[in-house]
Amino acid sequence: MGVVIVLLPLIGAMIAGVLAFLPAEDKAARHRIDMLSQAVTCGALLASMFFAILVFVNVALGGEPKTIELFTWIDSGAFEVSWAVRMDTLSVVMMLVVTVVSAMVHVYSIGYMHHDTSIPRFMAYLNLFTFFMLMLVSADNLVQMFFGWEGVGLSSYLLIGFWYDRPSANAAAIKAFLVNRVGDFGFTLGILAVFVMFQSVELDTIFAAAPAAADTRLNLFGADLHAMTVICLLLFVGAMGKSAQIGLHTWLPDAMEGPTPVSALIHAATMVTAGVFMVARMSPLFEYSDTALAVVTIIGASTAVFAATIGCVQNDIKRVIAYSTCSQLGYMFFACGVSAYSAGIFHLMTHAFFKALLFLGAGSVIHALSDEQDMRKMGGIWKLIPVTYVLMWIGSLALAGIPPFAGHFSKDIVLEAAYSAHSAVGTYAFWCGIAAAFMTAFYSWRLLLMTFHGQPRADETVMARVHESPNVMLMPMAMLAVGAVVAGYIGYASFVGEEASAFWQGTITILPSHPALEDAHHAPFWVKILPLVMAVAGIGLAFFMYTWATDVPARLAARFNGVYRFLLNKWYFDELYDFLFVRPAFAIGRGLWKGGDGAVIDGVGPDGVAAATLRIARNAVRLQTGYIFHYAFTMLIGVLILVTWYLLRAGS
Amino acid sequence: MLQIGLAHYLSVAAIVFAIGVCGVFLNRKNIIIILMSVELMLLAVNLNLIAFAATLGDLVGQVFALFILTVAAAEAAIGLAILVIYFRNRGTIAVEDINLMKG
Repeated sequence: MGVVIVLLPLIGAMIAGVLAFLPAEDKAARHRIDMLSQAVTCGALLASMFFAILVFVNVALGGEPKTIELFTWIDSGAFEVSWAVRMDTLSVVMMLVVTVVSAMVHVYSIGYMHHDTSIPRFMAYLNLFTFFMLMLVSADNLVQMFFGWEGVGLSSYLLIGFWYDRPSANAAAIKAFLVNRVGDFGFTLGILAVFVMFQSVELDTIFAAAPAAADTRLNLFGADLHAMTVICLLLFVGAMGKSAQIGLHTWLPDAMEGPTPVSALIHAATMVTAGVFMVARMSPLFEYSDTALAVVTIIGASTAVFAATIGCVQNDIKRVIAYSTCSQLGYMFFACGVSAYSAGIFHLMTHAFFKALLFLGAGSVIHALSDEQDMRKMGGIWKLIPVTYVLMWIGSLALAGIPPFAGHFSKDIVLEAAYSAHSAVGTYAFWCGIAAAFMTAFYSWRLLLMTFHGQPRADETVMARVHESPNVMLMPMAMLAVGAVVAGYIGYASFVGEEASAFWQGTITILPSHPALEDAHHAPFWVKILPLVMAVAGIGLAFFMYTWATDVPARLAARFNGVYRFLLNKWYFDELYDFLFVRPAFAIGRGLWKGGDGAVIDGVGPDGVAAATLRIARNAVRLQTGYIFHYAFTMLIGVLILVTWYLLRAGS
Repeated sequence: MLQIGLAHYLSVAAIVFAIGVCGVFLNRKNIIIILMSVELMLLAVNLNLIAFAATLGDLVGQVFALFILTVAAAEAAIGLAILVIYFRNRGTIAVEDINLMKG
């Protein structure tokens, strides 16, 4: 069954990919092909989702983890890698999240993309992405995980650049690919280091050997380093790239150039959470390196608060949600950093529902407003698209962490775990998380109020055409909304509550010396209530600024112009990277091209030889005058020389 | 009274040969002059052959001279024939205009 779950999307992608190349004589034929590709891909995903639910019930609830070995992939000396479908609790939780969100997004795409001219291609990419993502989460060795890791990167690249006639989409796609390469390089090095340490890349082998290797030292470039720390930090660099953590986050907001369903599926719910999944998966290694855990916590906490500050001032509806994603990923990471991996995965799961819902809702708004994404040109449409409005409210309530919505349970346990870590980094993460929770609520309601309330700011032709999305788009959103409402309540006990140890079945290792998650349940009352207070305060502030005192935002922006510009320009990260990396790279490239290749290699090589030949030939040509007396004279000279030489030789 | 010896014959032959050579490459006007110069050079060679034959008392030299005369006659005939055809085609036999082989 596990094999079916993983392979169905691949088969769907292949069929849809072939359909994408079929020629269509007229519109009706085109439409038939589109319908067929949608039926195949959605059918494959829905079936996959159905099986994933069955497997989830069997494995996570029934307690029967198993690994299906498919066949050997690489067998070279001590290095053995096989294709496998690993189904333990962590994997099937991810499988469930991926297939459910992906199936919903597939169905939604039927409605959202129906104007598009290359639907089969889009559906094929979506299916291909799902296949790679399932490959990633079901890997039982690091190399297969890396295969899925790169595969989702590829799909992400293809889907960001889906509208390849837009230069900005191509630029965003390349940026996403390149920034991810930086992280992937770290991941690759991490895998190599794991192999050096354990002589294996099989997860079970590594985890079994990890406790014994806890104090191993590694000699690297003359430095004597703690091996586990090196491995974990390298792996974490990979996770940072994929999960858009501070420093390597710049690609995520730009990735919003892709179609909105893609943003919902890849850049909110699944692919970007792969880093969190990987850290949780490698918890038996991370547990043995306090340094690495501290780094994870600091990076996660900083990202949570940093991305939230930017989210507060952005005007593009998708970018606000993108920065929100970035910020929530920070939560998941610092949860992992304080050894509350299951809390991180719990937040990952609930976040997948409500963030996908928010993105699909944003897509619905964009759809209704004739592809307008700027919130400054929205407003006053809540009566016109009431269903979307309600669903967006549900998503925002879940994101802000208002009980009884899903985000409340997961975010609170994350923050309580951070507080209960009782370490410096844990406390830092806690206060960052509290600040981010306030800003999260603020920008969520800023988004809602700017988008749906107030005076309509769109022009009349757009306003006249505002319409509620078709049911094929609303139904998946409703399904996700159900998840966003109940997932936290249902999942709490299993993921982080009393039944956690029965649920996880040892797939997550937490050392007794890291009791943050256990202690989280005994956190003081003010810690439990503070996130909610901050969320309500954030919502209140947003209402104050965007409904009563509507001139306050502009006045604040003018009063604190420097801060405002700093945030609006995303802390100038793009400019900094442009200055540090892009320009020097361009300069080096230009230098090597003009100087190295053009002047030296071409100048001396092909061009130089050709020029020399030409010059010699041009001079040699002058000898051929065509006048017979010149030839005669030459002959005479020759004879004279010969005779002279002969005579001189005879004489001597 | 000056005794005419081998050296004199050879000197005359050398002078005639040199005149022939100069005629070949100093002349810019007319191909006929080149043919005549070639003829002069051949005659100079004949003179040498006969002079040596007489001095050394060897008839082979004289026989060789007769062969050369024959070949020279044939050569002159062919050369003039080519010249006539060339004139018909190009309308000139000025040496300066014959440079089709210029590179």
